[in-house]
Amino acid sequence: MPALSVERRGANLRGWSGRSVAGVVTLLFVCFFAIPIVWLLFAVTKSAKSLTVSNPFSVGTWHDLVANFHQLFDFQDGAVTTWIANSAVYSVGALVITLLVSIPAGYALALTEFKLRRVLLVLTLVVMLIPSTALVLPIFLELNSFGLIGSPLSVILPMSFFPFGVYLTYIYFSTSIPRDLLAAARIDGCTEFQVFARIALPLAAPIVALVAFFSFVQNWNNFFLPFVMLPSSDGYPIQVGLTSLLAATPAFNPSSAGSDSVQLPTLALATIVSILPVLIVFLFSQRFLVDGMTAGGTKE
Amino acid sequence: MTIAPPSDQLVAGATERRRPVRPTGRAPGRTRIGYLFVSLYALLALAFGVVPSLYAVVLAFTNTDGGFAGLANFTKVVGDFRFWPAVLHVTTYLVIWLVGLVVFVVGLALLVHSVRLRWASTALRFVYYLPGALAGASSVLLWLFVLDPTASPVSGLLRGLGFDSFVAVIQPGHLPAIFAIIAFWTGAGGWIVIMYGALNNISTEVIEAAQVDGANAVQTALQIQLPMLRKWIAYMGVMSLAAGTQLFVEPQLLSQASNAVVPNDYSLNQLAYQYAFQQNDFNGAAAISLILLVVALLLSWVFVTRGGLFEKE
Repeated sequence: MPALSVERRGANLRGWSGRSVAGVVTLLFVCFFAIPIVWLLFAVTKSAKSLTVSNPFSVGTWHDLVANFHQLFDFQDGAVTTWIANSAVYSVGALVITLLVSIPAGYALALTEFKLRRVLLVLTLVVMLIPSTALVLPIFLELNSFGLIGSPLSVILPMSFFPFGVYLTYIYFSTSIPRDLLAAARIDGCTEFQVFARIALPLAAPIVALVAFFSFVQNWNNFFLPFVMLPSSDGYPIQVGLTSLLAATPAFNPSSAGSDSVQLPTLALATIVSILPVLIVFLFSQRFLVDGMTAGGTKE
Repeated sequence: MTIAPPSDQLVAGATERRRPVRPTGRAPGRTRIGYLFVSLYALLALAFGVVPSLYAVVLAFTNTDGGFAGLANFTKVVGDFRFWPAVLHVTTYLVIWLVGLVVFVVGLALLVHSVRLRWASTALRFVYYLPGALAGASSVLLWLFVLDPTASPVSGLLRGLGFDSFVAVIQPGHLPAIFAIIAFWTGAGGWIVIMYGALNNISTEVIEAAQVDGANAVQTALQIQLPMLRKWIAYMGVMSLAAGTQLFVEPQLLSQASNAVVPNDYSLNQLAYQYAFQQNDFNGAAAISLILLVVALLLSWVFVTRGGLFEKE
């Protein structure tokens, strides 16, 4: 009995030291991930001077926040507003096309039979696994020979090609929709299109939301594609617009000191503004990511 | 952010391959709607997947007049004095990043998984995951601040390490580590959430059995959980390796922000960009893109065809 309690105390002790090491490591990484974001929220409330002299985690003033806001949105006569609008057009445009194209395609691959089905499936899997940037320069070279560079379509259409969305939909339809249900609908006189629109599509609502989430986040954050396709500032999405702001920041580009220059807190504000839509989506999306993992999970 | 097809789905894909589920009977209506439904997707796949790849192949093997050039474009870009340094930069970055990614993502997922308090575990995952919202240019911009001792929230740490200015921080030798840190900060959280989900899928009976047999937390992790994560670790490695070879936005913005202390041909993708836009040499750009594309395709192919990665444990 005494031996047991000593042994247990020893185990507890070891457990405690192990747990405290684990706790320290976990907290260190909390700091690593959180500090830049927390700092960013404080930085936008400061003037350029107080950003460098005051405590990094002190609150600035409302006045400075407003001033930064004005400096950002007055930059090049409201360029930032244009860039955000562009981002919205590109992301939402591509998102809509992605959904219109991917959901029926996933359905067809899962539940119908046609020639080249296997080929299309393998192509989807392979393209899905290569990074999207790998195709950017080839697509540029292709569109350039058609004279399409600079047109909004030169980013919207390539972004609409989203094999991962097709794959997700395919998996969902091939594992989670009872075939008997579809057969019953056919017996009741539904046409093939009605089977899709009235039976399968409503059941697939969660997967449509999932594809929409991934597509939107990826489109909004896309940098390389618009950077290559859109040479004119009027056409930039906000992610590429950030490079113009950076170029106008004397702290990082001494040659830019001029009337239309950008101070550091303003650049910080631009960073927040540039990710705001994605951030909002992200706040609700961790659940999504996990849902995605179990979506259409194997019910064998 | 990283996109990962769920393990269940990978498994489901593999199952489908082994035991094809086909609609029973042949219905002409179904075939017709099949064609109709995939037609737009097939069109996009041709226009932005197949055709550009083939066009890149054509460009890479021809000269500016459209004549066959053999391997001339490849020997030109490989012989370019900037090519091998770029390869070295990207490789160094990849090694640091991948090792860090695997060690810390798996370690943190195990740690978070061992947290018993539900709210604490949820909160931890959320904090780790949130930076994923700042992808691409936004995260690089934020890290420019973090790395600039005059404004940095960790300026004390930077000065303590002997870096008194932005230029001192971004010396060429530090860049692979810096890019790895930025990529880790942005991308690790998504993987941690995914690994955590995979750990949740391990049956509690197995873990309990191990504990009854006297395994402590570390032994359980090393001998039970880690082997069961193998498939996911391999997946993360392949995807991250493929994505990492594409390094572009980080060095591009750092180059801009540092008055070219960081060269604008630091990575292979930047070099391809230079060929296309500074030298107007589309054939050379196509050759580099093709090299990168082949690397990505090979990795993807290895992953798709190596059945072991898809098998259920």
